[in-house]
Amino acid sequence: MFDTAETTAEKFTQMFAAILLFAAVVGIILFIAGRFGGRRGDRVVAYSYLAPTLLMLTVGLVYPGVRTIYESFFDAAGDVFIGLDNYQTIFTDKDQLTVLTNTAVWVLLTPFIATGIGLLYAILIDRARLESFAKALIFLPMAISFVGASIIWKFIYAYRPDQADVQQIGLLNQIVVWLGGTPQLWLLDWPLNTLLLIVVMIWIQAGFAMTVLSAAIKAIPEDIIEAARLDGVGPWGMFRFVTLPAIRPAVVVVLTTIAIGVLKVFDIVRTMTGGQYDTSVIANEFYSQSFRSDNQGLGSALAVMLFVLVIPIVIYNIRHIRQSESL
Amino acid sequence: MFAQSKSPRFRSALAGTLGVGLVLGLAACGGDSKDESDTAGQSTIDCTPYSSFGDLKGKTITVYAGIVTPEDKAYTDSYKPFEKCTGVTVKYEGDKAFETQILVRAKAGNPPDLAIVPQPGLLKQLVATGKAVEAPAPVAANVDKFWGKDWKAYATVDGKFYAAPSGASVKSLVWYSPSAFKDKGYTVPTTLDELKTLSDKMVADKKKPWCAGIASGEATGWPITDWQEDMMLRLYGPETYDKWVNHEIPFNGPESTAALDAVGGYLKNPDYVNGGLGDVKSIASTAFQEGGLPILDGTCMMHRQASFYAANFPKETKVAADGDVFAFYLPGKDAASKPVLGGGEFNLAFSDRPEVKAFQTYLSTDTWANVKAKVSQGWVSANKGLDPNNLSNPIDKLAGVILLDPKTTFRFDGSDQMPAAVGSNAYWKQATSWITGQDTKTTVDNIEKAWPK
Repeated sequence: MFDTAETTAEKFTQMFAAILLFAAVVGIILFIAGRFGGRRGDRVVAYSYLAPTLLMLTVGLVYPGVRTIYESFFDAAGDVFIGLDNYQTIFTDKDQLTVLTNTAVWVLLTPFIATGIGLLYAILIDRARLESFAKALIFLPMAISFVGASIIWKFIYAYRPDQADVQQIGLLNQIVVWLGGTPQLWLLDWPLNTLLLIVVMIWIQAGFAMTVLSAAIKAIPEDIIEAARLDGVGPWGMFRFVTLPAIRPAVVVVLTTIAIGVLKVFDIVRTMTGGQYDTSVIANEFYSQSFRSDNQGLGSALAVMLFVLVIPIVIYNIRHIRQSESL
Repeated sequence: MFAQSKSPRFRSALAGTLGVGLVLGLAACGGDSKDESDTAGQSTIDCTPYSSFGDLKGKTITVYAGIVTPEDKAYTDSYKPFEKCTGVTVKYEGDKAFETQILVRAKAGNPPDLAIVPQPGLLKQLVATGKAVEAPAPVAANVDKFWGKDWKAYATVDGKFYAAPSGASVKSLVWYSPSAFKDKGYTVPTTLDELKTLSDKMVADKKKPWCAGIASGEATGWPITDWQEDMMLRLYGPETYDKWVNHEIPFNGPESTAALDAVGGYLKNPDYVNGGLGDVKSIASTAFQEGGLPILDGTCMMHRQASFYAANFPKETKVAADGDVFAFYLPGKDAASKPVLGGGEFNLAFSDRPEVKAFQTYLSTDTWANVKAKVSQGWVSANKGLDPNNLSNPIDKLAGVILLDPKTTFRFDGSDQMPAAVGSNAYWKQATSWITGQDTKTTVDNIEKAWPK
């Protein structure tokens, strides 16, 4: 039954078996929970509902996490304890330093630019004619998978030599040619290539920022805006002293969400350059080290690095949500 | 908008449509699984060569490989006579992520019965997991009979022999246009010096002699490693080549440096490259699949790439000695020596059940090699029992003849045998940096540094 299903019938049998299994587990939990009534029973009910989640979190998240941290102190094959050597490699090796630099550039630029563009766009189109159409335009890239977006942009950056009988197939190089320039190998030279990859991420994420921020802008109470108008506040003042403070929680959520997404960026780098030409980032490098370069220890250490870098953002995010809730 | 139209009637119509769609989908999915078993070999099979394998009725063998559609069909077809005559069922599973997944499966204690392993390095890693089993005596006997000693050595770990070779590929080939050569009066070179002279002659004729592309996702750079291996083999011979691959001489030693400089004489020479594709740097960003296509446009004269490159030309291209494109053997230092760089797969077993042993033995025979050759395109084996006439397309035949030539010294792709940290990481990365401008010394030094201690 646990073999790989080959025929359609087998696949459906497996699917139904899985659904039945799920229903059975839920049934058992409900049954156990149902046996305890009254006030003291509430606790038991709560715990029995929590149990499957806790179990899965332990098996699927806590155990692998602890195991990864443990393995990051071992050598390439995972046999010999080498202490912090892998971490030392991350901070001294030239290739690894490039990876760290790239990740820093990604995390520092992408959230702010994407949020900035999204915010500007949301303000510009607020209550304009064709607002929903304009929103759909910038929101559409969100619906495209990272790999799909990367392939589209790979075509935009495509290069054909500057020869009489050769046509450019990349949009960017064609524009350069129209302007009288010579076509460039866009993805070869650092740091330009990393910046061009970041453009792809911004293209995808600006729509997300715009949607959330636009909703937040619309939620600003009308009376505040009116009061500000009566006080004679200009457009910049309106943005600086009314809009921005009112949507601050939303801006923080958008910034941190994009930042976490950017730290984990893997698909774009892998699809567009494979991490070559000095474009690798931590998430891509940890995969390459673990599965291609057969260096389990360094791969684990990079994964731990990623985990450590995400923590402050998550903490900031949670604290901010708590603060805004208590207001 | 949609909310208003969700009347009960709309809903039932929707449900009906979905239902019909589901049934149709089921029918469509169910269709193709049926005719799998009766395509090849339904006609009369002579079961005499198979009688020694005995009756294996009701037994199942699982095969796991990185070969996926459409090439996998030739494999499953070639298993059919064996299945018909012994009654065994072979379950083939192709997976693009084979190279990482097979290690995961072996380590987790869930390996297939048989894996088709494409690299000796990976084979060693798999043996190191302790899950692989030694090849049975009949397989070893067949390999002694049908393959050269070098092939057996690739599948031998710590004196124990594990796996018979399966397919093979020839990498020391140069693609060219026979008609363009004929028009210009160029002749196929037979020594490295002649190759250089020919390239210079093309430059004098205002042609770009070479084109290349090394972009291949995360594996970007690998075609340069093949170039360097070919040069290493030609300039210093097979013994030094083996030492270099096994790191008995350093990667930044004089031999390795000279070999990479020899590659640079072609690929970093602005007069020589990059025909129809740009300047030297454009090699780094051109997909390896597109690296040889300018030959068809006449903007490039030669492209060094393995026999499998044939599949990258458009369908209507005639690949033959009198066609649109063909390949010649990348010559040795002199006409007498015939070093050949290549690759190949090995059938590694993880089980010693009798049916698995029997199947392994079948795959190591000349019978299988010839059955497989008849149903394949773009496939060749170094099995001496293979009749080249069973290879249907000209480039396979060329590769087959080169492999079976007694003067040929075959060597396996070196980067495939180096530790993964070098062979599938630093070597690729540094080769890419090298073509975009990094000097040779820095390049070989960096690769040497990446070698696991």
